[in-house]
Amino acid sequence: MGTARLYAAVAGSGFRRYATYRVATAAGVFTNTVFGLILAYLFIALWDVKPHLGGYDEAQALSYVWLSQALLMVVAMMGGGFEDELIERIRTGDIAIDLYRPADLQMWWLAQDVGRALFHLLGRGVVPLLFGALVFDLALPSDPLTWLAFLVAVALGVVVGFSIRYLVALSAFWLLDGAGVAQLTSIAGIFCSGMLLPLNVFPGALGEVVRTLPWSALIQAPVDVLLGTADPLGTYVTQGAWALGLLAAGRLVQSVATRRVVVQGG
Amino acid sequence: MADSAERGTRAVAAPVREAARAADALPFERQGAYERLRDGLRAYRLISAMWIRSTMAYRASFAMTAFGNFAATALDFVAILLMFSRVDRLGGYSLPEVALLYGLSGTAFGLADLGLGSMDRLGRRVRDGTFDTLLVRPVPVIAQVAADRFALRRLGRITQGLLVLGYALVVLDIHWTPLKVLVIPMALLSGAAIFSAVFVAGAAFQFVAQDASEVQNSFTYGGNTLLQYPPTVFSKDLLRGVTFVLPLAFVNWLPALYVLGRPYPLDLPTWVAFTPPLVAACCCVPAGFAWRAGLRAYRSTGS
Repeated sequence: MGTARLYAAVAGSGFRRYATYRVATAAGVFTNTVFGLILAYLFIALWDVKPHLGGYDEAQALSYVWLSQALLMVVAMMGGGFEDELIERIRTGDIAIDLYRPADLQMWWLAQDVGRALFHLLGRGVVPLLFGALVFDLALPSDPLTWLAFLVAVALGVVVGFSIRYLVALSAFWLLDGAGVAQLTSIAGIFCSGMLLPLNVFPGALGEVVRTLPWSALIQAPVDVLLGTADPLGTYVTQGAWALGLLAAGRLVQSVATRRVVVQGG
Repeated sequence: MADSAERGTRAVAAPVREAARAADALPFERQGAYERLRDGLRAYRLISAMWIRSTMAYRASFAMTAFGNFAATALDFVAILLMFSRVDRLGGYSLPEVALLYGLSGTAFGLADLGLGSMDRLGRRVRDGTFDTLLVRPVPVIAQVAADRFALRRLGRITQGLLVLGYALVVLDIHWTPLKVLVIPMALLSGAAIFSAVFVAGAAFQFVAQDASEVQNSFTYGGNTLLQYPPTVFSKDLLRGVTFVLPLAFVNWLPALYVLGRPYPLDLPTWVAFTPPLVAACCCVPAGFAWRAGLRAYRSTGS
């Protein structure tokens, strides 16, 4: 029970930390709304030409726009979460102190990132979605169970997003400067998560490939659960498999990396 | 990257001193507008040259980030390509026509971003108190803020915009006239000036709302994204807003539609396609006033 309370406290501190920046949050909500508007008009033009593009009708496509704007910061596929700090600690060697602490490194940062994600869901997710629902005709379900199923998928997406960025941060053990890897991962994240366009609009083999990559768990999967275009249980299995696989990979890399730190003499 | 930037900070004093010596000839307040502009540009050149030297200390890192900048902006165009793999026309426009809009806006924005893209760091400097150091130097503050961490890697964005523009100009079947040829470079330069005015006004806003740089982003990056698509995609109200209130439509829509021989969705005479330089001038003046007002209203954090 003690460890659960510890990680809950860490998550709480992550939440409070981001909740401090109120003006920045308001500004971010404004940005999400502006980009949501631009994309919404664009999608209307697209679905006007091809009414059932990617298997969505227009209302579903518009819901996709506003849900993706709401989830953008929650899953942090563009970076900007804990990883900058972790990279800095690896670079400066402060990581050695963290490794001595009686808490698991990966779980510690995961708890912090969950707190951050929860804040961004409330702080930057709700308002743009409400704005979109007021201005456009969205296909949002009224059944609370569907929303609950959606939140489970979001939570799994947050864990997948975390585990990708954890691996990015660990690359700093070898590269010392994580900026290049972080940039490449964020480019891949924007492209493969469905941020630019729903993944089921991607043509042919490219579409099949991006839908099998882990980034599809970040935005495409939760949105499809909410819109009822994907089976929740099947989605959870895929998301969960990616989450477990990537977390395990993170552990493996971490143990290799820490052995390296010891060899170097810390 | 962060590392090279930190090391560069220590070297900043020398170019700033040099720029200050040039300004020392006359007391700052008594300088005319011309002298101040000359000093400002000189300071800008020296400080940005210093940041370029600092970046070039890590050439591999520079090459990587410049490529990353190129690739990240190219994704926008890849998204357009993906859309056109499923539809033939978007808002009634073909792919090369959209590419012309994209190339003009992307290049103009890239130029403004290269020159003034660092201005969204102003809020951070106000917050952490380092803005005060800029005030005590006898060098125009705006030149220091604009050249702060000058990032040559932003050439990646310009390159990408020019490539798409080149593709559009080659593929499009335009009946060229001397006026149409003239409109293209005019649009690029005026567009860069309009975006620059937005950058400066956004920075002025950050004196008031210190950690609201995202608001600035929604007008700069958001405006650029908006202009990459045909105006027919958007609602009339939105078009009126970006034509008459924040005149982004003059960056590329109006000149490009003249070149393409298409009407603008709002009822405007043809000659407005030639007004972007005028509009750019009209944007820069209030932006300059906003900057001065912001600077005058600035109260140090005292920390």
